Amino acid sequence: MPLAAESHAVPTIVDIAGLRKSYGSTEVLKGIDLRVARGEVISIIGRSGSGKSTLLRCINGLEMFQEGGLSVDGKSLLYDNATAMRELRQSVGMIFQSFNLFPHLTVGRNIMLAPTLVKKRDKAAAEEIATKLLERVGLEDKFDAMPDQLSGGQQQRVAIARALAMEPKVLLCDEVTSALDPELVGEVLRVVEGLANEGMTLLMVTHEMNFARKVSDRVVFMHQGLVHETGHPSELFENPKTTELQQFLSSLKD
Amino acid sequence: MVDFTLWDILRNLIIAAQWTVLLSLIAFVGGGLVGLFWLLLRLWRPGAFKLPFAIYVQLFQGTPLLMQLFLSYFGLRLFGVEVSVWVSVSLALTLYTSAFLAEIWRGCVASIPKGQWEASASLALSFGEQMRYIIAPQALRIAIPPTVGFLVQVIKGTALASVVGFVELTRAGNMIANVTYEPFTVFACVGLMYFIMCYPISAYARYLERKTHAVSR
Amino acid sequence: MTVELNFLAVFQDWPMLVTGVIWTLGLTAIAIVVGLTVAVACAWVRTEGPKWLAIPVAAYVELMRNTPFIVQLFFIFFGLPALGVRFSPPVASGIALVLNLGAYGTEIIRAGLLATPKGQIEAALSLALSKFQIFTRVVLPPALKKVWPALVSQIVIVMLGSAVCGQIATEELSYAANVISANTFRTFEAYIIATAIYLVLALMVRSLLNWAGPRFIFGR
Repeated sequence: MPLAAESHAVPTIVDIAGLRKSYGSTEVLKGIDLRVARGEVISIIGRSGSGKSTLLRCINGLEMFQEGGLSVDGKSLLYDNATAMRELRQSVGMIFQSFNLFPHLTVGRNIMLAPTLVKKRDKAAAEEIATKLLERVGLEDKFDAMPDQLSGGQQQRVAIARALAMEPKVLLCDEVTSALDPELVGEVLRVVEGLANEGMTLLMVTHEMNFARKVSDRVVFMHQGLVHETGHPSELFENPKTTELQQFLSSLKD
Repeated sequence: MVDFTLWDILRNLIIAAQWTVLLSLIAFVGGGLVGLFWLLLRLWRPGAFKLPFAIYVQLFQGTPLLMQLFLSYFGLRLFGVEVSVWVSVSLALTLYTSAFLAEIWRGCVASIPKGQWEASASLALSFGEQMRYIIAPQALRIAIPPTVGFLVQVIKGTALASVVGFVELTRAGNMIANVTYEPFTVFACVGLMYFIMCYPISAYARYLERKTHAVSR
Repeated sequence: MTVELNFLAVFQDWPMLVTGVIWTLGLTAIAIVVGLTVAVACAWVRTEGPKWLAIPVAAYVELMRNTPFIVQLFFIFFGLPALGVRFSPPVASGIALVLNLGAYGTEIIRAGLLATPKGQIEAALSLALSKFQIFTRVVLPPALKKVWPALVSQIVIVMLGSAVCGQIATEELSYAANVISANTFRTFEAYIIATAIYLVLALMVRSLLNWAGPRFIFGR
């Protein structure tokens, strides 16, 4: 009953159908179907090598896929069309495991870069956006700092602010806490949680199961290049149906 | 007027190129020996020789090779040493080469972890033994690619000897161009001959560089 | 025997030395501005440009790096007029210096470009930057910063190499020394002084570029 209501009332923002991708002769995604509703928070879990990061990277065209279709906000992904790709990427933000801040730009300039170049905002407007976003991630005093002067957790929060500056409709988070020292994980997750609560559509690949359970509307378990099991976090974590998921979850407890 | 065929031009240039090769070898071997001497001084007593070494290197790296050739040529004469242009050119090129090689090699030695010196010293090895058994074998491996690469600079450097009247490839090219009135062909041939001498060495240096990098990884 | 050195005679011709210094620095400045532009463009071609351009660019780089500057200069100044392309000495010198620094700079900058972490480009792509924007704003500045010391060394080498331009009567510093030695018969002294000036220029240009790089070229 709630499922039906969801699929009709809330529009789909990411639509993946029959997506297949291989590197040479090894197929890493073997036919993925996934529909993400606007405002939905989805966690993708699974062993390394299950294809979860690859799937995420397909959504904003960092990886090419060979078969199937993928559309974001009704617009299909077209690799050959540079303009269409840029348009799509404007509505899909991405946060990386290794932050990938631009080392030669200050924190503020990192955030201002894309709004000024892509959205053609003037400098003052971009500065205002950057200041607001830094406030939102709790780093209002770091506008003029260089990335290498910040801790990993702070860098990742800047990366989040940088992605938000483009006002994306979907935010992809690729293991955003995996490169962090344990004591810095919390500050980043709190920011991500805040985004989830504000209605941002989030797709995240994560190893933080407690976090996934807490914030997700839906959890997707990937196994050997396929969506193996999916469901509401309470259901999926309490009553895993497939043996593969049971094994995966119990392997985490060791 | 005599007509020169392309073969005449090439033949004369090839003869002259032998002097380029010979001069390059003198400069490279002589420069290597003088450079090694400086390097050893620098490593043996860093306190005393660090500054003289740096000044020596800066003097030859911070001034034009052309000026060094002039100074060697006129300087020797001024001080009453009547020598052939062979000697003055060899002297200048040797000193120039020595400064660059000494600095290249110093960098290679410096890239060897300090722990290697300390470990070998704590085994009671003398300076000579440290050099011979510990430092030199390691430094040599990383020093070979840039040393081979610098040989190309030496060969090209010998072209400047033409300015003080030493007849090698470039000078011969000048003379032939004046006689044949075909400067385009002649200088293209001269350039081509330098390229034939230098390119294989450049490519080999690059190959060596890749190999050492691959090993150290 | 005693050797009498008379530096004063040389200094009496100081306006010539000043002219020489101005020409040397001017040629160097042109080589830096135009040569580095050529180098950046060629480095781009060699790393991510079209294949049909990459091959001629590689040929240009290898040709310049494996032939002596003086031969390049003679070819441009004496050889090209045979094809009807005639340059004045300073123009020929400028072209030769630009082509020279362009070739060496290409290899240096290319190494910097190749060292760019993949994540930097992916982050820029996901921010919807265009290929051109990614190259100029994200890839190039850190690459230039990384290789700036090597570029500065190469620029100094090119400046010192410009002494050869006096051989085709470009009125740079070594040419001034030539003329003064002919006027005063104080050959050794003239060359000593010119050499000393080159040394000072080399040190000055090096510190100036080390200072200017982070401020004007690639940011902090």
